[in-house]
Amino acid sequence: MVDIVLDWVSWLMLLSGGLVAVIGGIGLLRFPDIYTRLHAGGMTDTLCMLLIIGGLILQSGLSILSIKLALILLFMLFTAPTAAHALARAAMVDGVEPQTGEGEPSSNT
Amino acid sequence: MRYFLSLAIILSALWLGISGVYKPVILALGAASVLLVVWLSARMEVVGTEHNPAVYSWRLPVYWGWLVWQIVMANVHIARLVLQPQRIRPRVIRAPVPHKTPVAKVTYANSITLTPGTITLRLEADFVDVHAIDDHSAAGIEGGGMAAKVSWLERGREID
Repeated sequence: MVDIVLDWVSWLMLLSGGLVAVIGGIGLLRFPDIYTRLHAGGMTDTLCMLLIIGGLILQSGLSILSIKLALILLFMLFTAPTAAHALARAAMVDGVEPQTGEGEPSSNT
Repeated sequence: MRYFLSLAIILSALWLGISGVYKPVILALGAASVLLVVWLSARMEVVGTEHNPAVYSWRLPVYWGWLVWQIVMANVHIARLVLQPQRIRPRVIRAPVPHKTPVAKVTYANSITLTPGTITLRLEADFVDVHAIDDHSAAGIEGGGMAAKVSWLERGREID
């Protein structure tokens, strides 16, 4: 009984993680400049990854695989913001001005 | 001494946790690599500084739990903006950084970036420049809620 519930919960997490990834991808296309697009990329870095790795941990149960997955999760949560910051910083240094004010549909693609 | 022991125990636990092969030769190799890393850390003079997980208090898991909840709520907010992109109002704000230790400052900057909707553009000694995607995301930083939470985490380390 518990197994079936865990299986359902893990599939729910995997599917919603996929949904979050798709929404993040749509955001990457829709948002106007690099800074706002980084926010959309942040969705796939955080919630999508939490849900998918969480779902996989539930699938593998109490095993060495789960420890490895949890470590991947931990390292991703430390490195993803660093990478995002490096990208934003590089854009700043390169002189890309953040677009401010009203958002409008992407025009620079 | 305490930090050398804790570092060795943590490294051994990590090795046992991800190895999966428990034969004498492999175990001896594992022990040797733990000793090598402890020796290298001693030479680099990083034992017992902020890199050692043992110097953190029980407040760290509590902070992580709170941060994951923030991330979930921010994701829902950004998902809504993706579906209605005309609602975004990006701007750059400057917020004070009240923390003393470098590791707390980095934790704050990383937490800001980790929450979708806000990205750290520049971290200086006493302020941080943040790109926020709209007023709701900016309010989370300008309100100082996350800074207060990191201060609470930082205070937990002064006890030891």
